[in-house]
Amino acid sequence: MEKDQINPDFKVLIIGGSAGSLNALMQILPQLPVIKTLAVVIVLHRKSTDDQTLEELIKLKVRSNVKPVEDKVPLLPGFIYIAPSNYHLLFEKNNVLSLDTSEKVNYSRPSIDVSFESAAEVYKGKLAGILLSGSNADGTAGLKAIKNEGGTIIVQDPNSAEMPFMPNHAIQNTTPDYVLNIQEILQYILSIDK
Amino acid sequence: MVMIEDIELESLINEVYEYYGFDFGSYSRASLKRRVNRIYELDGFTHFEEFLSKVRSDSEYYKHMVDEITVNVTEMFRDPSFYTVIRNQILPLLGSKPFIRLWHAGCSTGEEVYSVAILLKEAGLLHKSLIYATDINAKVLETAKKGIFPLRMMKEYSENYRDSGGKEDFSNYYTANYGIAKFNEELSQKMVFSQHNLVSDTSFNEFDLIFCRNVLIYFDNDLQKRAINLFDESLSMLGFLALGTKETIKYSISQSKYKQVEKEKIWRKIK
Ligand SMILES: C[S@@+](CC[C@H](N)C(=O)[O-])C[C@H]1O[C@@H](n2cnc3c(N)ncnc32)[C@H](O)[C@@H]1O
Repeated sequence: MEKDQINPDFKVLIIGGSAGSLNALMQILPQLPVIKTLAVVIVLHRKSTDDQTLEELIKLKVRSNVKPVEDKVPLLPGFIYIAPSNYHLLFEKNNVLSLDTSEKVNYSRPSIDVSFESAAEVYKGKLAGILLSGSNADGTAGLKAIKNEGGTIIVQDPNSAEMPFMPNHAIQNTTPDYVLNIQEILQYILSIDK
Repeated sequence: MVMIEDIELESLINEVYEYYGFDFGSYSRASLKRRVNRIYELDGFTHFEEFLSKVRSDSEYYKHMVDEITVNVTEMFRDPSFYTVIRNQILPLLGSKPFIRLWHAGCSTGEEVYSVAILLKEAGLLHKSLIYATDINAKVLETAKKGIFPLRMMKEYSENYRDSGGKEDFSNYYTANYGIAKFNEELSQKMVFSQHNLVSDTSFNEFDLIFCRNVLIYFDNDLQKRAINLFDESLSMLGFLALGTKETIKYSISQSKYKQVEKEKIWRKIK
């Protein structure tokens, strides 16, 4: 897809999480109306053998279309994308997603840092990143990269997180634009999907 | 973290092409950039010009760089359900042939090749099979030839093997020794390893089953097309092409020439 075809309001929201984050997502996603200008990308730590369970679970809970992620699929507004198991998810300059099987990062593949950093490079100020619950340090470096490129970073309020380690680690090492509980995260997403 | 600029990556691609004739121009940039960044950092460079001139002037370093920027991560029986289909549906169809030719393109250190050899053996087909395994990276081919993999991986591999429908005792296939698992020579007897570059080399034989898994993800659409067409030229009629679980031939070749095997990333050449 050519750059000039893209809606100027097109924005990307990338959400990362580990232990406890699925629960948070399951509270947020069902309340979300069909998304319009936003492409939502979800990167969760998951078992390498998990084939489609996460996709199926999320599909049941959302009103927007979930696009299956394959190599070089276009990233389009109005769709939800879920990083597949056992690959890193990367973003190309021509608005397609690509996959990579290189070494795990932070013991994880997909790694949140890898996807956040890659998205930050391509979408810069048009990117918002949310880091949810987890007990791993993944995500912090990625949030930093998003911030450096002019994007917005949000961390789940550790008090509302099942596993506060990951949000705490991010709060201590970055300057989040917002620290929000689950209901506030929903409000935030609604406010940027215009 | 140091980050090289897009324009620096492009100048590296150009110089490598000019000096060594290797064309990375059609590799997916996001992954390539991460890999170049990684080796730039690992090898302690601080100025891009320095790195570039090292690549230009030192062909050993150039080789090392190519080995490091290609992603060689692989597993035995990665995606067990894929191997179940090969075992239960594909091999029985090939079994009636007097002779079976297979090609693993981008075989890396060979885990996939040994996995398939095990399936062939269990199907009673190994003795009449010939398995070509190719990669651009000479170093990984050396490892693949030896059939030596880390012993610590065997627990996971034997689980994958079992999940794929394997019924034997997986440890019968290798000898454990000082942290390594050496796979039985019986499995490697029918393997031929050689360097082959999907960017520039041509078809070299006709095959009944071609595997190219998790290689195309590193290529842009144009290069994917080239590779798929190369496989098409190299497949016998009614032969099979097997890709990675997130890869497709959809954007590369006329759909009427191939029939997908259920929902698997396996296509049969029908025209
Ligand atoms: C991630 S590994 C895939 C290994 C195995 N097929 C699997 O799925 O586990 C990718 C391999 O592709 C090889 N490769 C990259 N570019 C290539 C090219 N132009 N021609 C042939 N092989 C290439 C790399 O050297 C690497 O070993």
